[in-house]
Amino acid sequence: MSQTDTASGGGQGLPPANTPPANTPPKAEAPSHRGARLRRRARSLGGLVLSLALTLLGLLLITFIIGRVMPIDPVLKVVGERATQAQYDAAYQAMGLDKPIWQQFLRYVSEVLRGDFGRSISTGHPVSEDLKRVFPATVELATLGTLIGVCVGVPLGVIAAARRGGWIDQIARVLALVGYSMPIFWLGLMGLLLFYGILGWIGGPGRQGIIYDGMVPTVTGMILIDSLIAGDWGAFRDAFSHIVLPASLLGYFSLAYISRMTRSFMLEQLSSEYVTTARVKGLSEARVVWGHAFRNILVPLITVIALSFGGLLEGSVLTEIVFSWPGIGQYITKALLAGDMNAVLGGTVLVGACFVGLNLISDLLYRVLDPRAS
Amino acid sequence: MSPLLSVRNLRVSFPTRSGTFDAVRGVSFDLGRERLGVVGESGSGKSMTGRAILGLVRPPGRVTADRMELDGQPILNLPERQMRALRGARISMVMQDPKFSLNPVMTIGRQITEGYRLHTRTTPQAARDKALEMLRAVQIRDPERVFDAYPHEVSGGMGQRIMIAMMLAPDPEILIADEPTSALDVSVRNEVLRIMDKLVRDRGMGLIFISHDLNLVAEFCDRVLIMYAGRVVEELPAHDLKNARHPYTQGLLNSLPRLDHPVERLSVLQRQDSWRDEEIATPFPGGL
Ligand SMILES: Nc1ncnc2c1ncn2[C@@H]1O[C@H](COP(=O)(O)OP(=O)(O)OP(=O)(O)O)[C@@H](O)[C@H]1O
Ligand SMILES: [Mg+2]
Repeated sequence: MSQTDTASGGGQGLPPANTPPANTPPKAEAPSHRGARLRRRARSLGGLVLSLALTLLGLLLITFIIGRVMPIDPVLKVVGERATQAQYDAAYQAMGLDKPIWQQFLRYVSEVLRGDFGRSISTGHPVSEDLKRVFPATVELATLGTLIGVCVGVPLGVIAAARRGGWIDQIARVLALVGYSMPIFWLGLMGLLLFYGILGWIGGPGRQGIIYDGMVPTVTGMILIDSLIAGDWGAFRDAFSHIVLPASLLGYFSLAYISRMTRSFMLEQLSSEYVTTARVKGLSEARVVWGHAFRNILVPLITVIALSFGGLLEGSVLTEIVFSWPGIGQYITKALLAGDMNAVLGGTVLVGACFVGLNLISDLLYRVLDPRAS
Repeated sequence: MSPLLSVRNLRVSFPTRSGTFDAVRGVSFDLGRERLGVVGESGSGKSMTGRAILGLVRPPGRVTADRMELDGQPILNLPERQMRALRGARISMVMQDPKFSLNPVMTIGRQITEGYRLHTRTTPQAARDKALEMLRAVQIRDPERVFDAYPHEVSGGMGQRIMIAMMLAPDPEILIADEPTSALDVSVRNEVLRIMDKLVRDRGMGLIFISHDLNLVAEFCDRVLIMYAGRVVEELPAHDLKNARHPYTQGLLNSLPRLDHPVERLSVLQRQDSWRDEEIATPFPGGL
């Protein structure tokens, strides 16, 4: 693009708004071009939504196929081992398994769209109800963990890059190394032993203490938020004392990842020419780093954060098990071991949809944050 | 009268695995309110000289000099805070490629006003007026529109004029132009240079014009320093380039195509090891 750019606008200043040079977009939009710019935006947004819909459909296709190829007879799971042939056949037909495969898929898609994932054989509840119960627990933990990871990891990575080789950089390096190499269940157990068992500073496993169990009316399913809505400070404190350790652990692991990525993004920006320009202007190093370089890493950084958040939304099984945290990771794992395919696939679709949603959000932010995007 | 900028025995060195590497090895010159060209091949230390003057050689690079004075004030290795007060306000620099030297996610207006407001502490409105005035001064026809545009929305030639407007807004006394046109299309090169030249002369500034291009330097400068391997090998008035005595300068001149005296083949510069270190006829006889 650079060739035509340089040739077209270079000598004569901006080309007049109403006569853009042949097949080069006009530089610096005139007001009259704003409509066109909006239309272009709308069209690309439409494309984005379409590609998301296709992604979701692909996800459903995959979960559907997995459901069919698993060596688990869905009918048998429903009617039980001792059903008669007639009972079996009736259930077989009721589940639509005698229909052509594409009809089965359409039926599956329409069920999922209605939020119907079938019944979980291990809990006996509809899978959607189970998910409503377990997913908020994971979301709460993942959000808090990511918050810690971002609030500590981003500044740490930025400072480590700005003072490359300094003591903060060294500390960040060690922290990340430990974060990458330490098994989380071990850290979790040690943390429980120390802070709960010995010091008694925090609540033990689970989301709540026994006295508060079920005391707060469920609104969002996230106890921290629900207890705030109910104005119940005791319940809030109790829930916080339970979540603080697992959230810190997840936060530590996401911090390790986020700070490393932030650092390498920043190093790349800090060696670029516009940073020298900013220094030549006489700006303070803080303004050079945060006002110039940092603004340029926001787009890739958001993708990294979204990925790390998505990873935590899958439910970190080990953390959930160590802390008896009734989240989606545990739920899916148990369902998998029990051959409870409805629950497994329902959970998978939910997590997959979250990934797609996060992707959408980071895509939209990219359009907002980078003027070159549209 | 003391010169604007006075540099003696400037050295810039970098530690490397195989010992220290000297990028600049004892450069000396004075700059008045004039246009000083610096010519030399790639890696000869031209940019490093400019950066050393601005205090922008990052560690582990080391800068030493017997003297580095701005208007009689020593500026070598000043504390960072004092150096920042000089940068932009009294010495400024335009770099090679506006595509990379403008911040892609900040509007052009903000980038211009930012430095100006820092050094003058004026209101946003006054800074905006100044920025528009500067954009007009570099012959941008539609300054209001460009003010709100982003760097990717302007062409290379305009980008470089914007850089010049930005760097001259706080009224520095010295401008270092580090190959300001080598990334530009040939057709806009001269225009950008003429605009820069006019502004620099109208303001009575000192200009250090770094370039590969002897012809360009001869046209736009009063005096020329020829650098080779981190040293100044020759210094002479721009109109006097033909009379260069140093074989390196003569070699450079002979490898230029000439309209008045066409030749079948341009001669290729043959470098000699002795140029690196031999004592040259110093422009400051008797030492400094
Ligand atoms: N950080 C660094 N560490 C080691 N050597 C460096 C560093 N930066 C620059 N140099 C070396 O310093 C020498 C001078 O570089 P400089 O950029 O001043 O050359 P130049 O004359 O501007 O060349 P060009 O015309 O290519 O811009 C080069 O040989 C370069 O390799
Ligand atoms: Mg250079």
